[in-house]
Amino acid sequence: MNLTAELILAEGELNPVLPHTSEIILGIVAFLLLLFVISKFVAPRFEKLYAERTEKIEGGIKKAEQAQADAEAALQQYQAQLAEARAESARIRDDARAEAEQIKEELRAQAQEEAARIVAQGEARLAAQRAQIVAELRADLGRQAVALAGRIVGESLEDEARRRGTVDRFLSELDSVSAPANK
Amino acid sequence: MGRLVLAQGEEFNPPGVRDFFLPPIFGAVTKPMVLVVLSVIIIAGFFLLATRNMKIVPSKFQFAAESVYDFGRNSIAREQIGSKDFRPFVPLILTLFTFILVNNIFGVIPVIQFPTFSHIAFPLALAVLVVYPVYHFVGFRRHGFKGYLKNQLFPAGAPKAVYLLLTPIEFFQKFFMNPITLAVRVFGAMFAGHLILLVFTLGGEFLLLHADWPLKPVSIISWVFAIAMTFLEAFIQVLQAYIFALLSAVYIGQALASDH
Repeated sequence: MNLTAELILAEGELNPVLPHTSEIILGIVAFLLLLFVISKFVAPRFEKLYAERTEKIEGGIKKAEQAQADAEAALQQYQAQLAEARAESARIRDDARAEAEQIKEELRAQAQEEAARIVAQGEARLAAQRAQIVAELRADLGRQAVALAGRIVGESLEDEARRRGTVDRFLSELDSVSAPANK
Repeated sequence: MGRLVLAQGEEFNPPGVRDFFLPPIFGAVTKPMVLVVLSVIIIAGFFLLATRNMKIVPSKFQFAAESVYDFGRNSIAREQIGSKDFRPFVPLILTLFTFILVNNIFGVIPVIQFPTFSHIAFPLALAVLVVYPVYHFVGFRRHGFKGYLKNQLFPAGAPKAVYLLLTPIEFFQKFFMNPITLAVRVFGAMFAGHLILLVFTLGGEFLLLHADWPLKPVSIISWVFAIAMTFLEAFIQVLQAYIFALLSAVYIGQALASDH
């Protein structure tokens, strides 16, 4: 009986739904202390680290972008230089070709001139020889003809012929007659 | 059956409320008081040690601390309060989460084996004296006295007549029920969980020591259940800490929101 009463009393004292003041105070103090430590030291350190990390990553990205832009610029420059070099080489080639053409032309002209000169020379020589031969033949022919005529006539016609120039006249006539036919 | 068990004259004394109020260790200092102080030392020590020399590329220890911090910061605070306003509340949410988590986990740590929050004073202190004033304070500061009350008590979009019913409910919920349910939820889970573990453990012990031979092996079943319940309890303890921090963030987010 006594025990039961005590038990009931104890149970009544130990109501789990009624908070103990000392525990409330301790709980709130402990919590606020922890909150103070975390908000004063822990959270700022984390946030600082995250900011640093973000910055580092963004900085890295920026650096990479810069490097890429640099590379792009260098590539453009090289391509420009390459194009320039190509244009220059093409120009040089064209010049060389033109020059070669010119030289060839000059040489050809020179050669033609030379050939013409040689031909002219030859022709002149031939003409001279022909004239000489004709003159010689004419003299010879006159002499022979006179000699033959003299032999036939029986007397020397040589002096007579020389005096009168008959043979020459005759040959001149012959020339003027045959010349148009030769042409 | 009853006779079989009671054959040796011993009576099984089921665990009850008195098991939550053990005699003080010395003076007026009780076990939960020591545990609360211990939890503060553990959490503060963990974070201070982990953040002492922080690197951009974290060590394993730092990474662990970062995971906890990120969980409180991104998964709870930013999700519920919104990425615009959440920054000032990160320490509060993180402290709530870790403080309750460690104190709950005490319930399954060998030797300690006592969830501090099964004493209602602790959750009540956090809910009524910390979370409740904080969310109303930031709400009043953001929207002004009238604006905040209008925001909270007259949710936009309801027909006029509905406010007759809705406003008292909202008032009762926002100004009375929220902090109390917040506290009672974690208290109830911790209290009941600890009680269940006590029942299975002490019951097994009693069966082994005092029951007749044929019933002694049943104690093994009891202990297997105790172990299984310990795992369940560990899960619930983490979950309750998460829920407490999450709901605190939700209340703050609701107080700050222009309309909801």
